Amino acid sequence: MAKAYLSIEDVGVTFTRGKAVSEVLRGVDLKVEKGEFVSIIGHSGCGKSTLLNVVAGLLPVSTGAVILDRQAIEQPGPDRAVVFQNHSLLPWLTAYENVRLAVDKVFAGHKTRAERHAWTLHNLELVQMTPAKDKKPAEISGGMKQRVGIARALAMEPKVLLLDEPFGALDALTRASLQDGIMEIHARLANTVLMITHDVDEAVLLSDRIVMMTNGPAASVGGIVEVGLPRPRRRIEVDSHPAYLGARHRVIEFLHAGHAAARVAA
Amino acid sequence: MLMSAITEGEPAPAPASPPPAPEPRRMAAPAPSRLAERLRQGVALVFPPVLMLGLCLAVWQVVANNNPGGLPAPLTIWSDSRELILHPFFDRGGVDKGLFWHAMTSLSRVGVGFSLAAVAGVALGVLVGSSRFAHRGLDPIFQVLRTVPPLAWLPISLAMFKQAQPSALFVIFITAIWPIMINTAVGVRNIPQDYVNVSRVMRLSPLEYFFKILLPAATPYIFTGLRIGVGMSWLAIVASEMLLGGVGVGFFIWDQYNASRISDIVVALVWVGLVGFALDRMVALLGHIVSRGTASN
Repeated sequence: MAKAYLSIEDVGVTFTRGKAVSEVLRGVDLKVEKGEFVSIIGHSGCGKSTLLNVVAGLLPVSTGAVILDRQAIEQPGPDRAVVFQNHSLLPWLTAYENVRLAVDKVFAGHKTRAERHAWTLHNLELVQMTPAKDKKPAEISGGMKQRVGIARALAMEPKVLLLDEPFGALDALTRASLQDGIMEIHARLANTVLMITHDVDEAVLLSDRIVMMTNGPAASVGGIVEVGLPRPRRRIEVDSHPAYLGARHRVIEFLHAGHAAARVAA
Repeated sequence: MLMSAITEGEPAPAPASPPPAPEPRRMAAPAPSRLAERLRQGVALVFPPVLMLGLCLAVWQVVANNNPGGLPAPLTIWSDSRELILHPFFDRGGVDKGLFWHAMTSLSRVGVGFSLAAVAGVALGVLVGSSRFAHRGLDPIFQVLRTVPPLAWLPISLAMFKQAQPSALFVIFITAIWPIMINTAVGVRNIPQDYVNVSRVMRLSPLEYFFKILLPAATPYIFTGLRIGVGMSWLAIVASEMLLGGVGVGFFIWDQYNASRISDIVVALVWVGLVGFALDRMVALLGHIVSRGTASN
């Protein structure tokens, strides 16, 4: 069998703080193909953010390995750009400068100054932030900040785009508009995307596959749901589609069972 | 998480600029009424402090009139020290100068001592803030040294330098460096993990991290330290000049005390207060500019 584009192989993560040892992940296996949109869903505290940080290289694995495009991941890098939950824009830079900082760093030897300028503008355009490009993060809304965060990540031309609950802090309307934006960009650029979420509808609407994590400690993959919805998907049309409802039901069933089990255990 | 809580209530992407003000209304409102509005706002800002100042002076005048031989009353000070108040720029050689020149001498000492303290304080603060070993090793020492009162350093510094000028500079330096250093260290330690993660994902080199993330992120803290530092320098210079003699506001005050010219001392105190206030505002303004609006005023 040919190796998958992104391969998470038997990954375990254990944190040690003094004498306290907590095993967050154990034996996580996941293969993601090029161009695929995969969501990871699970109850809070199940270690899904830990898994994303491992893929990003921000956390080391205790066991196993993560392999991207035939190379083992050992440290963070722009080929695995992250959109952080709280946008993480640098408040002293404008939207343009935040994206430009990444562009300048990643394409230092490959693009001229003018090309880097154009590339920065292009990515701001992708997320429709051109009109507010000279505003500071404090001057724009939460949704706009997250758009800039997405532009910054896209501008690094990552092999896999990592989204860490990117819309969790936004109101429902803003979230919907950003989800549509992400779908559009995914359709245009065919990025490989790994997204953490706790929103079932978001997962079903955006993903090709939904990875369901078991409850921690020592969480692992509890099941994978294929979302057999044709693309392009439109929010209004798909929410009554049998494939949508089926996938949604299976995810909710899984989460509910986990929740009930956790309650019995507690 | 704090960020997300704050952004939650914000509206969806809004038009970048507010809608233009309706033209017809602006036409209808003639210029004089806008001027009157500006004037009204100005008066509302200036009136309370002027009123309170007048009240204080009036109380002072009454109390001083009823206690002759104590603190001179405001009107007495005006008649005694009118020349000093109205002519701050005279220079008759030696130490017989206007208050402006005394203040400039003190300020230049603060300028040199404080600049040295700023450079050393920020450098040490970055070290203590970014290295756990340096923090554990140096922080206890600094916490003890910073509580030593500025004037307590004066005898030691005189013994070291044997001259008034470098001793005064050393006292300024040693007074200002602690708040600058400690605040810088706090700023560096408080850099959000998110910024560190962003820099790691971008693979910034240590040098790039220092200039693009660490310094700007710590700038508001650094300027808090600089403001406290410049205020303390000004406290220390006036006190140490009293002991060192020569030129300077502190020396002037002590000199006038020896000459029993209490009115002149009051005038000098007003100068000290105003210059200290100006110093504080200048550093705050500089911080506002350098941090591009992220440092508080």
